[in-house]
Amino acid sequence: MWKFHKWFERHTLILLIGILVVVSIGGLVQIAPLFFIESTIERVDGVRPYSPLELAGREIYVREGCYVCHSQMVRPLRDEVERYGHYSLAAESMYDHPFQWGSKRTGPDLARVGDRYSDEWHRAHLVDPRSVVPESVMPPYAFLERRDLDTAHMDAHLRANRMLRVPYTDEQLANANADARAQAEPLASNAFDFEQRYPGVAIRDFDGQPDRVTEMDALIAYLQMLGVGVDFSTYRADQPENER
Amino acid sequence: MTQSSGFRGDASAILVILVGGAFLALLGISRAIDTPFAVQMWTMFAAFLLGGAALAWEVGKGPRQDHSSRYENGVVKAGVIASMFWGVAGLLVGVIIALQLSFPEIFYFPDFGWLNFGRLRPLHTSAVIFAFGGNVLIATSFYVVQRTCRARLAGGLWPWFVFWGYQLFIALAGTGYLMGITEGREYAEPPWYTDIWLTLVWVAYLLVFLGTIWKRQEKHIYVANWFYLAFIVTIAMLHIINNLAIPVTFGSSFSYSLFSGVQDALTQWWYGHNAVGFFLTAGFLAIMYYFIPKQANRPVYSYRLSIIHFWALIFLYIWAGPHHLHYTALPQWAQTLGATFSIMLWMPSWGGMINGLMTLSGAWDKLRTDPVLRMLVVSVAFYGMSTFEGPMMSIRAVNSLSHYTDWTIGHVHSGALGWVGFVSFGALYCLTPWLWRKQKLHSLALVDWHFWLATIGIVLYITSMWVAGVMQGLMWRAYNEYGFLEYSFVETVEAMHPYYIIRALGGGLYLLGALIMVYNLWRTATSKEPAHERVTDAPAAVAVPAE
Repeated sequence: MWKFHKWFERHTLILLIGILVVVSIGGLVQIAPLFFIESTIERVDGVRPYSPLELAGREIYVREGCYVCHSQMVRPLRDEVERYGHYSLAAESMYDHPFQWGSKRTGPDLARVGDRYSDEWHRAHLVDPRSVVPESVMPPYAFLERRDLDTAHMDAHLRANRMLRVPYTDEQLANANADARAQAEPLASNAFDFEQRYPGVAIRDFDGQPDRVTEMDALIAYLQMLGVGVDFSTYRADQPENER
Repeated sequence: MTQSSGFRGDASAILVILVGGAFLALLGISRAIDTPFAVQMWTMFAAFLLGGAALAWEVGKGPRQDHSSRYENGVVKAGVIASMFWGVAGLLVGVIIALQLSFPEIFYFPDFGWLNFGRLRPLHTSAVIFAFGGNVLIATSFYVVQRTCRARLAGGLWPWFVFWGYQLFIALAGTGYLMGITEGREYAEPPWYTDIWLTLVWVAYLLVFLGTIWKRQEKHIYVANWFYLAFIVTIAMLHIINNLAIPVTFGSSFSYSLFSGVQDALTQWWYGHNAVGFFLTAGFLAIMYYFIPKQANRPVYSYRLSIIHFWALIFLYIWAGPHHLHYTALPQWAQTLGATFSIMLWMPSWGGMINGLMTLSGAWDKLRTDPVLRMLVVSVAFYGMSTFEGPMMSIRAVNSLSHYTDWTIGHVHSGALGWVGFVSFGALYCLTPWLWRKQKLHSLALVDWHFWLATIGIVLYITSMWVAGVMQGLMWRAYNEYGFLEYSFVETVEAMHPYYIIRALGGGLYLLGALIMVYNLWRTATSKEPAHERVTDAPAAVAVPAE
């Protein structure tokens, strides 16, 4: 039997192909089915694509590496559900390119942080975390409220997402750049149209600077919508189609 | 043998890549929609110009002696120097971010984000894994494959393309993180254009390695080369699939990953865990299989064990990713499958450990007199420890406590500092006198100092993180007598403070040890001692597995 191994040791190509076959099996059996098994993602109401401002906020969340200290994945354990809220569903991150579940909680989980704190609190906390939480070890993000949000290319962001089958409409695509501003400018002329395009999205000045749309606006808009979409009063976890 | 023709295939092909790359970089500059992207494109453009100049200088020296009878040592020397540089840089960033978590008032600057934890942490992980670890792997693989095949490195100038191309990858990724350019998935943070560049460099690396094996004068491919080959091939597969993405525009550093949510999560941890399995394990096991027998002057303990160990390890590792996703929205069948294979993985891991340790049979006394061998052997002991801890943490019940806490950080560092770090240092201590043709290291006493400082550093690091992690996990799930959660989240953060300080101290000691190594190796390479011709300079004796 051991003699058989000389084929691998004497022929580079056989060794190479042997390695490729052996390391491919796991991924094929384990990952590929997730794309085909229908029950992988629950069917729920309330999960919608991000508005342009929220998407820009999410890009800032990724850029600043928030995921290295904050998870967005509440596990179905008693203490977590009591601390953070209903455990996270796969459906809640179905439009997340990339996912931001995280792997470490140096700070608390953020999957359901939306509507938990006021915009004012988020602003103070992001500018100087220790002004509201003295024991915090979080870095300060004061620069966000001084940086105007670049909204000139939000259409390209939406288009890239649509190529990945995030269901943005033509109208949403065409107005993406203006819509990114409209969400943070409730008195602007196109705020009404924006509301028609994105029903139920929070429209307000998030950063306390009504005359500007800053990166702070975008990040807070994103944080405030995290985990509030699904109506858990109607979600039946014990239904067969939701059991995985 | 002298090359008579003026035309050189390797130089021409590299020139085409450099010119093409410079053109694309200029195009990128003209299309840039954000400043960081423009800066990155200028960096690439400058690098390609410099590369072109270096190439012209090299070719301009005229038809040169082709030392096909000699080994290519220059690129290995460059790799040793780069390893030392990136090792110190990566450890330094690690100590800085450890201090940030200990003293947030001192080490943060509210007015710009460059040095915030969220940007420095990927810089630290990439610098130690890809910059330090990657350079050690490239350098040692280039060294080992030549000796065990008794053939000069294939591809003429291509090994140098691999070396400098890889440094460019590191520079782009590292400066990018500081400017906030990231793909937002752990250990796969470099942006889309850097990923494409690395793919090109990696294919060249694979071809150089394969080409050298192809022209070997040995009948059998030595076991270390199986591991190097598995590492190179599998990393290529993982890197390409996990980084599939659509850039916002050609002029943007930001991209959206091809997969989303649960599928993206599993693909990422399939990648992430096998960055551990193939980059930090298979590659460094190859180092173990060459340098420990060499330094101990004993054959590998068991040839059959290395066969079983090799195939079982690479087959099982690939499945282990889902243990990073216990109790998440990943379907439970996938979690169970991942945990099962993670637990099975314990066996081939310890098979490898036994094969490494038992290679010392009959030479255990050398541990007393040879601190370099001691470093190599202790690395294997740490390998055994963290490959026991890993399977244990992948059990769901254990994971429900350890996940999201600093226990994970401690586990990673017992593997990274103990196994990867020590086996790399051992290899560098071996390589420097061999490459610079010195009889011995500048000072064995300094190796001892390095060994003990680093060992105490690791012990401080991992014990403090065990305590911190288990404590935080227990505090999160603690209930008081009325049935309410006992602690608020921030109380658990506050409780971490003393352990974070101990961790920073441990990391500092480890860094100090590495600095001592750099000094020692620098003195070794530059010593006035006359060059000492070694047997291994020419294709001759090689380590052969015991049969």
